[in-house]
Amino acid sequence: MRVALFPTCVNDAIHPRTGQAVVALLERLGVEVDFPAAQTCCGQPQYNTGYRRATEPLVHRMADAFAGYDHVVTPSGSCTAMVRDNYPRIGARARAEGRGDGLAKAAESLVPRVLELTEFLVDVLKVTDVGAYYPHRVTYHPSCHGLRMLGLGDRPRRLLEAVEGLELVELPGAEECCGFGGTFAVKNPDVSAAMGADKVSNALSTGAEVLCGADNSCLLHIGGTLRRADAPMRTVHLAEILACTRADPTGADWGAPRARGTA
Amino acid sequence: MSDTYLGMPSFPQAAKASTKDTRLRANLTHATRTIRDKRARAVAELDDWAQLREAGKRIKDQTLRHLDDYLVQLEQQVTAAGGTVHWAADAAEANRIVADLVKATGETEVVKVKSMATQEIELNEALAAEGITAYETDLAELIVQLGDDRPSHILVPAIHRNRGEVRDIFTEKMGEWGRPAPEGLGDSPAELAEAARLHLREKFLRAKVGISGANFMVAETGTLVVVESEGNGRMCLTLPETLISVVGIEKVVPTWRDLEVFLQLLPRSSTAERMNPYTSLWTGTSDGDGPRDFHLVLLDNGRTDTLADEVGRQALRCIRCSACLNVCPVYERAGGHAYGSVYPGPIGAILTPQLRGTASAIDASLPFASTLCGACYEVCPVAIDIPEVLVHLREQVAEQGGPGHRAEHAVVRAGTWLLDHPAALGAVVRLAAKTRKLHPKRLPIAVARAWTDSRDLPRLPQAPFRDWWKKNRP
Ligand code: SF4
Repeated sequence: MRVALFPTCVNDAIHPRTGQAVVALLERLGVEVDFPAAQTCCGQPQYNTGYRRATEPLVHRMADAFAGYDHVVTPSGSCTAMVRDNYPRIGARARAEGRGDGLAKAAESLVPRVLELTEFLVDVLKVTDVGAYYPHRVTYHPSCHGLRMLGLGDRPRRLLEAVEGLELVELPGAEECCGFGGTFAVKNPDVSAAMGADKVSNALSTGAEVLCGADNSCLLHIGGTLRRADAPMRTVHLAEILACTRADPTGADWGAPRARGTA
Repeated sequence: MSDTYLGMPSFPQAAKASTKDTRLRANLTHATRTIRDKRARAVAELDDWAQLREAGKRIKDQTLRHLDDYLVQLEQQVTAAGGTVHWAADAAEANRIVADLVKATGETEVVKVKSMATQEIELNEALAAEGITAYETDLAELIVQLGDDRPSHILVPAIHRNRGEVRDIFTEKMGEWGRPAPEGLGDSPAELAEAARLHLREKFLRAKVGISGANFMVAETGTLVVVESEGNGRMCLTLPETLISVVGIEKVVPTWRDLEVFLQLLPRSSTAERMNPYTSLWTGTSDGDGPRDFHLVLLDNGRTDTLADEVGRQALRCIRCSACLNVCPVYERAGGHAYGSVYPGPIGAILTPQLRGTASAIDASLPFASTLCGACYEVCPVAIDIPEVLVHLREQVAEQGGPGHRAEHAVVRAGTWLLDHPAALGAVVRLAAKTRKLHPKRLPIAVARAWTDSRDLPRLPQAPFRDWWKKNRP
C-alpha cells in the first residue's frame, strides 16, 4: 500500500507538528508514508472566494503530485471536502466551457483516493484504538466540512474514546460553525468574531484543558480567540493527540529522524 | 425588487452594528434555537424524511424544466374556473396591475394575507402612493407594520422583537391604524393575541378587497394554496368580494398529488408542526361562496433570469420555510435587516443577488455572507445546495470586478503562481518562519487587521513541514 501524506499548505507552513504527528502515527501503525514534494495547496481558499479558474492549475498539480499512490491522507476535513465535492465540479465546468476533459479526468483520478485522516484510520486500517496515551480533559469541535460534507460521523469520537487517559467532555453547541470560513474571517470580521466568541465561551464552559479538532484552520481561529482572551485552554489537532503514547506523552520524538519503512 | 433596500450598506457594514446589539442578539438566539430544536424533533418523527426531501426536490426541478408549459396550463385552468390571469414582468408592472384592479372596485382599503411576493415588490408602498391603505393581518406582519419597521425573517417577520417591545408598539400605534389597544395591555401572549384579534376583526368585516400570495399553485386545476397558522389568511381569502393573488411563477406544481409531498415538508420545516393549522385552497370563483372576483398576478421579477443559470436556478425550488434562517449562525448574529432584502439568511444570500443582480454594494456582498458551514443545505427540505450557489455567485461578483475585487484578483493570481511553484513557495514559507521573531502581534494592513482585531495570529514554527521531512525522511 503506497500512502502519500497531504499535510495541506496551512499545516506545512504554520502547523508542521500536525504533519509530523500524522507521520509518527501512521508509521507506528505500520504504514509507509511518503510526502511528494511537488504538492502545495488544494485551492480551497481561491475556489471558495470565487476564483474558480485560479484553482485549475492546482487541481492538475494535486493530481500529478499524488499520481500512483493508493491513498492520499490528509489531516483536514475541509481540504478533503474541497477535492471530493469541488474538484468534480471544476472538471465539469471546464468541460462545459469547451476546455476539454483534462480537469475532469484529474478530479476523477483523485477523488476516490483522497481520505481524511480519521476515514483512513477507521475505514482503511480498521482501527479505532491506535495505542495513544493522552492524560487530559479534552473537548471535541467537529468542523463543519468534516461533519456535513464528509459525514465523518462518530469516527473522530471513537478514536478519541479509545485514547488511554483521555477524558472526553461534551462541547455545548458542538455542531455550530466556529466562524472561520476561510476568507469569511476577514471579509466579515465582526460576525466571524462573534461566532468565535460564542464557540470559545461554550468550550470554556466544559472546563476542558484542550479543545481538539481535525482541521487546523478552525483551530487557528478558535485558538487565536482563546489566546486573545488569555483563556486557560489550548487547541490541539486530533492527529497530535493520537500520536502521543506512554513512551512519548508529549510528542517530543515525532521529529526524530527515522529510517523509511520501519514501524 | 424595488428601491427601498438599494443604497443599503454592504453586508459586513450592516452586520457590524447588529453583532453589537445585545438585545437583538438575545431575541434572535432565543427564537431561532427554540424553533430549530422543535424542527429537529418534528423531522425525526418521519422515517421517510430523506425520501420526501428527494421527492420535493425532484418535483420542483421537473416543474422548473417545463415551467412555461405548466404556467400556460395554470392560466387555462384559472380562466376556465372564472378567474383572470395577469402577467407581470417586474415589480412596477405587478404593482400597477394590482393598483388598477383595486381602483376599479372603488375601494381605498385592502386586507392582506402575509405574502413574500408582495413584500418583494413593495406593494404596500405602491398602493399607498395611489391612496390605498393595505392592512397586514398576520400577527407578526402587523407588528412590523405598526412599528414602521421592516421584516427580518421569512416566517416570523418580527422575530427581532420581544414581547415587551410588541406591547409598546401595540399601545402606541394601534389607535392610528384602527381600533386602539385595550387599556393597560400586558405582554402575555394571550393578551397580545387578543389585542391583535380585536384590532383585526374590525378590518376583516369591513374589507371588500383581499390581497394574498400563495404557497403553491396547482396547474392541473388552477388551484391556489395558502398555509398559515392564525386563520387570518382564511378570513382574507373568503370574506372580501374581490381577491387578488400575487404569486411568483416558480410556485406552480403540476398536480394535486404533488401537494402531498409539500404539505408534509413545509410545516415541519417551518414551524415544526405536523400539519398547518389552516390550509386554504381556492379555485377561481363560485356563486355564493367566497370572492366573486378573482385575479391572479403571475410575477417574474428576475425569476426567468435565475432559471437561465444552471447552478443558481435551484434557488427557485425554495418553498420559503425559513429552516435555513433558523440554523444559520451568520443570520443569528447579523440579524435579518443586514441582508437588505425581504429574503434574509442563507436563501436571501443566494436569491436576492439573482433576482436583483449584483450591481449594488449590498447585493455584491451577500454571496460572501456565509462561512459555507453547510447547516442550511442540511436542513433545506428541497435540498438546495446553498453553499454551492454561494460560491458560484462569488465567482460572478469576483469576475465583474468592482471595489476590492480587482486588487483581490491580482493577489490570487500571484498566489496561484506561487502555489504552482513549490520551490518558490518553500522559500517564502521558510523566510516567514525565519523572521518570525520580527512579526508584530497586530497587523496594520486592513485585511490583516480584520483578523487581529479579535484574534491573535498563530506563532509561526521554526521551519515548515517540508524542511523537516527533507531532513528526517531522506
Ligand atoms: S432555501 Fe430551503 S430551507 Fe431555506 S427557506 Fe427555502 S426551502 Fe426553506
